[in-house]
Amino acid sequence: MSNPSIDTHPLEAEATTEPLLVVDNLHVEFTTRQGLVRAVNGVSYTVNAGESLAVLGESGSGKSVTAQAIMGILDMPPARIPKGEVRFRGTDMLKLSDQARSQIRGQRIAMIFQDALSALNPVFTVGWQISEMFRVHRGMSKRDGMRKAVELMDRVRIPAAKNRVNDYPHQFSGGMRQRIMIAMSIALDPEVLIADEPTTALDVTVQAQIMDLLAELQRESNMGLILITHDLGVVADVADKIAVMYAGRIVEHAPVHDLYKTPAHPYSKGLLDSIPRVDMKGQELYAIKGLPPNLLDMPSGCAFHPRCPYRRDNCVTDVPPLYEISGTRGSACHYYREVLDGTLG
Amino acid sequence: MSNDTLPSTAPVQPAKPVKESKPASLWSDAWYDLRRNPVFIIGGAMLVLLIAISAFPGLFDTVGVDAKTCSLAQARKGITSEHWFGTDNLGCDVYSRVIWGARVSIIVGFVSAIVTAIIGGALGLLGGFYGRWVDVLLSRIAEIFFAVPSILGALLILAVIGRDNAGIGTVVLALSLLAWPMILRIMRAAVITAKAQDYVVAARALGAGPGRIMIRHILPNAVAPVIVVSTINLGAFIAAEAALSFLGVGIQSPQISWGLMIADARNRFLEAPLPLLFPALFLSLTILSVVMLGDAVRDALDPKLR
Amino acid sequence: MAPSGERILEVRDLVKHFPLTQGIVLKRQIGAIKAVDGVSFDLHRGETLGVVGESGCGKSTLAKLLMALERPTSGGVTINGQDMTKARGAELKRMRRNIQMVMQDPYTSLNPRMTVGDIIGEPFEIHTDVAPKGDRRRKVQELLEVVGLNPEHINRYPHQFSGGQRQRIGIARGLALQPEIIICDEPVSALDVSIQAQVMNLLERLQEEFNLAYIFIAHDLSVVRHISDRVAVMYLGKIVELGKDEAIYERSAHPYTQALLSAVPVPDPEGRESRERIILQGDPPSPADPPSGCRFRTRCWKAQDICAEQEPLLEVRAGGHLSACHFAEAHDVIHA
Repeated sequence: MSNPSIDTHPLEAEATTEPLLVVDNLHVEFTTRQGLVRAVNGVSYTVNAGESLAVLGESGSGKSVTAQAIMGILDMPPARIPKGEVRFRGTDMLKLSDQARSQIRGQRIAMIFQDALSALNPVFTVGWQISEMFRVHRGMSKRDGMRKAVELMDRVRIPAAKNRVNDYPHQFSGGMRQRIMIAMSIALDPEVLIADEPTTALDVTVQAQIMDLLAELQRESNMGLILITHDLGVVADVADKIAVMYAGRIVEHAPVHDLYKTPAHPYSKGLLDSIPRVDMKGQELYAIKGLPPNLLDMPSGCAFHPRCPYRRDNCVTDVPPLYEISGTRGSACHYYREVLDGTLG
Repeated sequence: MSNDTLPSTAPVQPAKPVKESKPASLWSDAWYDLRRNPVFIIGGAMLVLLIAISAFPGLFDTVGVDAKTCSLAQARKGITSEHWFGTDNLGCDVYSRVIWGARVSIIVGFVSAIVTAIIGGALGLLGGFYGRWVDVLLSRIAEIFFAVPSILGALLILAVIGRDNAGIGTVVLALSLLAWPMILRIMRAAVITAKAQDYVVAARALGAGPGRIMIRHILPNAVAPVIVVSTINLGAFIAAEAALSFLGVGIQSPQISWGLMIADARNRFLEAPLPLLFPALFLSLTILSVVMLGDAVRDALDPKLR
Repeated sequence: MAPSGERILEVRDLVKHFPLTQGIVLKRQIGAIKAVDGVSFDLHRGETLGVVGESGCGKSTLAKLLMALERPTSGGVTINGQDMTKARGAELKRMRRNIQMVMQDPYTSLNPRMTVGDIIGEPFEIHTDVAPKGDRRRKVQELLEVVGLNPEHINRYPHQFSGGQRQRIGIARGLALQPEIIICDEPVSALDVSIQAQVMNLLERLQEEFNLAYIFIAHDLSVVRHISDRVAVMYLGKIVELGKDEAIYERSAHPYTQALLSAVPVPDPEGRESRERIILQGDPPSPADPPSGCRFRTRCWKAQDICAEQEPLLEVRAGGHLSACHFAEAHDVIHA
C-alpha cells in the first residue's frame, strides 16, 4: 500500500487483501413524522487507493446520506443504521467507539462539501483553521502549524499564500474558499477523500480549476476519491468507475467508459439520453417521464417502474436484485440484457 | 453517445430526503405540533375555561356580587357550603368576586394584545415595506416609547389621565401605548425578510400594487412571529393589569379586579388570608396557562427558538 | 421556430450602476457596481436569445431591468416601439402584460400561503380586464392543463408539488397574461436532472404554440444551445460575443467564450485526456472596479498593451459575427 499510513494508530488490523473502503449492504432510515423514510436501502460499493468512484444521483437518491454514514456525521436520531457495514481497511467503522471513529474521521477519511462558506468558521482566519488540524491531531506548535498551513495553501495553488494566511473566509472568492476547504481536508494526508458536490456552487471556469486540482492531488498522494454529484459531465471527466443511485439503491455500477457507451439500466440510459445534443437541436429532448419517487411511499417492485419505458409485469411486483453483468458491472434491472442490446422498448 | 454532446451543469440541492421530499406548510405543521403538545392542551383548556367564566360569569356564580348579597355580619368568614372561598372584609362572597374578576383580566389582556398587534403590526408592515424615511420616522418614534420602563410608564400615564377616568379603557390604552413598539420591530424584521422573496418579485413583475403585495404576499408570510409574541404579551398584560389595579391606578371599585381584591385584602391578611389567596391563585393560574400557551405556540411556529 | 423577423424588443446601451455609499446620515457615494454597462441587442418575435455568463456578469440584473423591476441608470428598453424605462403607473402596468418571467427557484418563487389557483389567477386579479371574474377559474384550469398539470389540483398549495411541478406552476403564471416575451432566468438549473428535460420540452412546446420570444438566461451552455437561436455571452456587465448559436459554439472568436466552452465538462469519457482545455487563471475581477480597456484582459492569454488602453467594441469580427476582442480569432473549441 502506498498510502502514507500513520504509525501508532488504533486501527492496525489492516487486511491488505481488502479494498481500502468497502460499503457493504448499508441501510439508513430516518424517522419522520410522516413515517419511516428508507433513504439508503442496501448500498454497496468499494474504493481502492488511487481510484475515483463517482456516485451519481438526483436529490433524494441517498447519495449524500451514504457519504454522511461513512463519515459518521449523520444525526442519530432521527437517522438509524439498521443494517450494513462500512469497512475501512477491514475494520467495520460502524462498530467502533465514537473516539476510535473520530481518530479516522478527518485524518484518514476526509470530506469536502458543496458550500465552502458555511463549512468555514467566519470568525477565525483561514490559516488558523488549517493549522488547527495540525495542532489538534499532530500536537504541533502554533508556529509550525501556521507554516504547514502556508505550505498547504501553496499546494492547493492559492496565489500569494503567505500574505493571505491571515485573511478571513469572507475575504476569499467562492473558488478560493473551496480550495481552502480542500487544503483542510488533505492536511493530514487522508487515504480516502469524499467530495460531496464540490463544484456545484461554482462557476464553470472555476469548476474546471477545482476538478483539475482534485485530480492532481489524488494522483500525487494516491488517495481513494468518492465524488458525489448529479452532473454527468463532471463524472465523465474524472471518474474511473461510477455507481448510479436511484431511490436509495445503486441501480447500476460500471467502469465509466462502459456506462456511457452502453448503459445497462433504463434510468442511466434515460439520463444520458436526456442530455441536449447538437444533432437534436430543435427537436424534443428525450425526457424521463414522471417524478422521482416519494421516499415515504415507494413504488412496489422496481422503484423505477412507474417511469420506465421498458416496464414489464414482473417489474411491478419483483424487486430486481443487482444482477452481475461482468466482474466489474452490475445492473438492478430484470431486463438489463435487453437494455444493453437495445432490443427492448 | 457521440463527441458532439454538451453536458448539463445545473446545480441540484444535495440529498436531504427527509425534509425536502414533502415539506408541509407552516400552519399545518404548527397545528400538528400543538395538538400533540401536552403543554398546549393543558394551557389551552385552562384558558378556554377562563374565557367561558369571563363571558358567562352568571353560570358559574353561586351567590352574586351585588351589594345586596354582602353583609358585614358575614365579613371574613372561612370556607362554608355557601361561601366556597369564604368572605371578604365587607362580607361579600370571595368565590363570586373571583369569578366576576376574571372578566377584567381576560378583557384587558386580550384587548391590549390585539390592539398592540394591530398597531405595531400595521406600522411595522409600512415601515418594513416602504423603508427609507417612513421606516426611519416610525422606528425613531417606536424607540422613544421603547425606552420607557413599562410599569413605571403605565403608572405615569394613568396618573396623568387621572383616577376619575380610570377603568378598563384607560388601562388598555396605557399598556398598548407602551407595548406596540416591540411588535413593530418584530413585524418590520419579518417584512424585510419577506419583501426580498422571489414570489414578491414575481408579483411586482405582474404589475401588482403595493397594497396587494403587502396584504396578499407579505402579511401572511410575516405574521407568525407577531402571533408568537402577542401570545406571550397576553400573559404580561394580565399581570400588568393586576399590578396597576393593586397599586390603585388601574381598575377602581366598584368594578371587580383580582389586583384590586388583593389590594383590599392585604391589610387584614393575617386574620383573613382567603380573600387574598384565592384571587392571587387565579391570577397565577391564568398567567401560567397563558405562558404555557405562548411557549407551545412559539415552539410550534418557530422551532429555531427552542 | 423560425423567428418571423419582426422586432419586438430593442435594448439600447443599457446601463445599471448600483451606487456604493458610505455613512448613514450623510450618504456619500464612494463608487458604483457596474452590474450592466452598455448592453444592446434586439429580440424578434418567436425567437430565443440565450444569455450565458458566470455569476456576477450581470445577467440577472439584465433580467430585472428588462422586467422593469429595476430602473436603469441610462439606456432604453423598447417593446413594440414603446420605451418601457420611461413608462410609469398604468402605462407600465399595461406594458407588463407583454413581458413576463419564469424564475430560477421553484421553491421560493411561489407564495407558500396561496393556493395554486390563487397564484395562477393573480395576473387576472391585477389586470381585471383580461378575463371577466366568472371566467377566471376556468382560465386557470386551462393554464394548468397547458403546462401539463392536473386541473383538479387548483386548490392545492405549492408545497404539495415537486420541484418540476412547481416550475410548471410558475410557467403557467407567466403565460396567464398572454405575453409576447418571456424572460427565463435559469429556469431549469434548480431542478433534478431527470426533470430538466421535461421542462425544456414544455418551454419549447409553448414557444411554438403561442409564438413566444424567449430571453433564456442560464449558465448551462448545453441547455442554452439546445433552445437558443442566438446566444449572447456576457462578462463583467458587457456582451463580449453575440451571434447565431452555431457561430458561438463552433466559431467562437472571443477568448472568454472559448475558455467557457472548453471548461464545460463533456458527458462522454472518450478521449478525455486529449481534450482541449483552457483553464483560466483566477476569478473574475470585481464589477465595482473593472479593468481598463478590455475587461477580460486580466485573465486573457492573448492580452497585449492595446487591451489595457483601448476598449474593444462589439462588432463583426472573425467568424462573421459580433465579438469584442482586439485579437478575435474564430476557433472551434468543442469540435462539434
